[in-house]
Amino acid sequence: MAAGFHIVVCGSLVPDPLQPLEPVAGSGGIPALKNESMLPSILDPWAAISLYEAARLAKAVPGSKVFLASLGPKAKLQQLMMTVAQKAPFEFVAVDGPAGGFFDAAETAAALGDAIGAIPGLDRSRLLLFGGCASAGRDAGVTLGMIGERLGIPDQFLAVDVVEALPDGTLRIRERVEGGRYLVSILPAPPAVLAWSTGRNPEPPNSPQIGMANMRGILSALQKAKSAKIGAGDAAFGKVEVPSLRRQTRIVRNTPSDTIAKELADWIRGEGK
Amino acid sequence: MESILVLAHPEADGSLQRSAFEAVGAGAALSKSLGASLAIGLFGADTGPSASAVSAAGAERILAVASPELAVPRAAPDAVAIAAILKATGATLVIAPGTSRMLRALPAVAARLGARIDTKIFAIAAEGGKVGIQRPFYRQRMSAELSRTARPWILVLDPGAFAPVSLAAGSAKAESVPVEIPDACRRTRHEGYEAPPAGAETLRPDAELLLVAGAGWTKKQSNGQVRLKDAESLILDFLAKAKASLGSSKSLVDQGVDGHGALSFLTHLHQVGQTGATPRHAKGLATCCHGEEPHTVGWRFIRERRAVNLDANCGWAQGKADVLYVADAFEVLGKLNAVLKTT
Repeated sequence: MAAGFHIVVCGSLVPDPLQPLEPVAGSGGIPALKNESMLPSILDPWAAISLYEAARLAKAVPGSKVFLASLGPKAKLQQLMMTVAQKAPFEFVAVDGPAGGFFDAAETAAALGDAIGAIPGLDRSRLLLFGGCASAGRDAGVTLGMIGERLGIPDQFLAVDVVEALPDGTLRIRERVEGGRYLVSILPAPPAVLAWSTGRNPEPPNSPQIGMANMRGILSALQKAKSAKIGAGDAAFGKVEVPSLRRQTRIVRNTPSDTIAKELADWIRGEGK
Repeated sequence: MESILVLAHPEADGSLQRSAFEAVGAGAALSKSLGASLAIGLFGADTGPSASAVSAAGAERILAVASPELAVPRAAPDAVAIAAILKATGATLVIAPGTSRMLRALPAVAARLGARIDTKIFAIAAEGGKVGIQRPFYRQRMSAELSRTARPWILVLDPGAFAPVSLAAGSAKAESVPVEIPDACRRTRHEGYEAPPAGAETLRPDAELLLVAGAGWTKKQSNGQVRLKDAESLILDFLAKAKASLGSSKSLVDQGVDGHGALSFLTHLHQVGQTGATPRHAKGLATCCHGEEPHTVGWRFIRERRAVNLDANCGWAQGKADVLYVADAFEVLGKLNAVLKTT
């Protein structure tokens, strides 16, 4: 492809997975997390993978450009960008609004879709809409598909691990499907939606140079960020709870491996206690 | 008054997956609770055998979109077919199995028709004519009950969370829903499937047992040596003998990707946990795993759990497993393989 891609990555912040989460009643009947505004945040893990894959693809196909579109509280987005900006070159598109998991997917998709549609110079015929296959917040895996539909993109791919830009300008895409298999498809040209799974590449190292180059645009994008009013839509929440994961663990120590093996074999065969 | 539509798609051989029968069962139960009408919508290249397979489900209508364009999963034509079925039934509640094919197409359908959608649903209740669901948030770290007033409401069920309905073999001819799939929805070309080489499958979603291999397998052992080849052979031998599926912690999968010594057969498809899968198996055996909360999420849906490692305070096991064997996994797995061999 001579002209390259315009890759828009949708990804926002989620609580650091190492933080314990506790649900509390929020305002307007929308559940929230205890001390949510104080919780350290990271870029949503699968969305982060899609950002790194976007950077790789953009590097491989000259003329490509990467945008990162994020919806979240402006102050937290700014904090998040201090680390994310060092990972890959991108142009930031910020929308000021709530990023919690209990906010409505359709309203979030509408706000992000409008923001992406308004990116100056975005060529929709070259558009690849990237993101994670599900967020680590809402955890539904529907927002990206809805944004794609709003932008008029019928070709959508889910749980993508590999994208290859072929010499004839087409894209070969491998999606995870049932049974540990890949569904392999050929997309003749953009636009398309690609919701990423874990990919096959490691996280890129931090690059202070890339961070410096990104930061000016990021600060400007944060200043220009429009506010989005997002609620829980028509959802009425009942009980929200952390599943009880605690089990009474029987600890077996100082036992010969023969005995353990026998006990495990019985258990596997459905004969153990 | 609600009207319920259950969506399903046949596989390449014309059969319906177990998850389709789970959705049919959930739809029939909800229809009974609410006194609502029930329809079943099928889409695929040939929906005839599927229509017969669900003919005894008690649905008032069975509708189908059959087209060669629907022979393989592609989001664009699938979305056109699903939207047509939904419009033809005017359903207020749509129940679908959470297959990759459904999950790929349904968000776009919801946006197109102004429907609401929830996924990964593991419980549905109907009380006083009001429908409520339960689904996870924050990568299964919490669950919530919710209901909605907007219709249509698309409910995508988590595979394995509902009991499949057992139906007597019957015969039925589905009402054909006419659909024209526009050229713009035919662009994606199916090239095929990539599967592991025959005999080398280590992912078995239907297996009774999940073996979770952690990074400890690649660390120096008591003799001061890394025993990577031994680890590979022990694990593969166990998987073959126990007919188990393999999962792995993120740290071990990442070792392979980063080019460090790792188990050669591991890919990101094996990863379970916060950024991996949360498979459903009846039993799980964790070996050499030392993760904390983000990784233990990976075996939340494993009913019976045991662990083998050298750390009695391991986060994978304490409070998460039913039994923790504080022992050398190399020794235990070796002996276990020998015991399994003799039976």
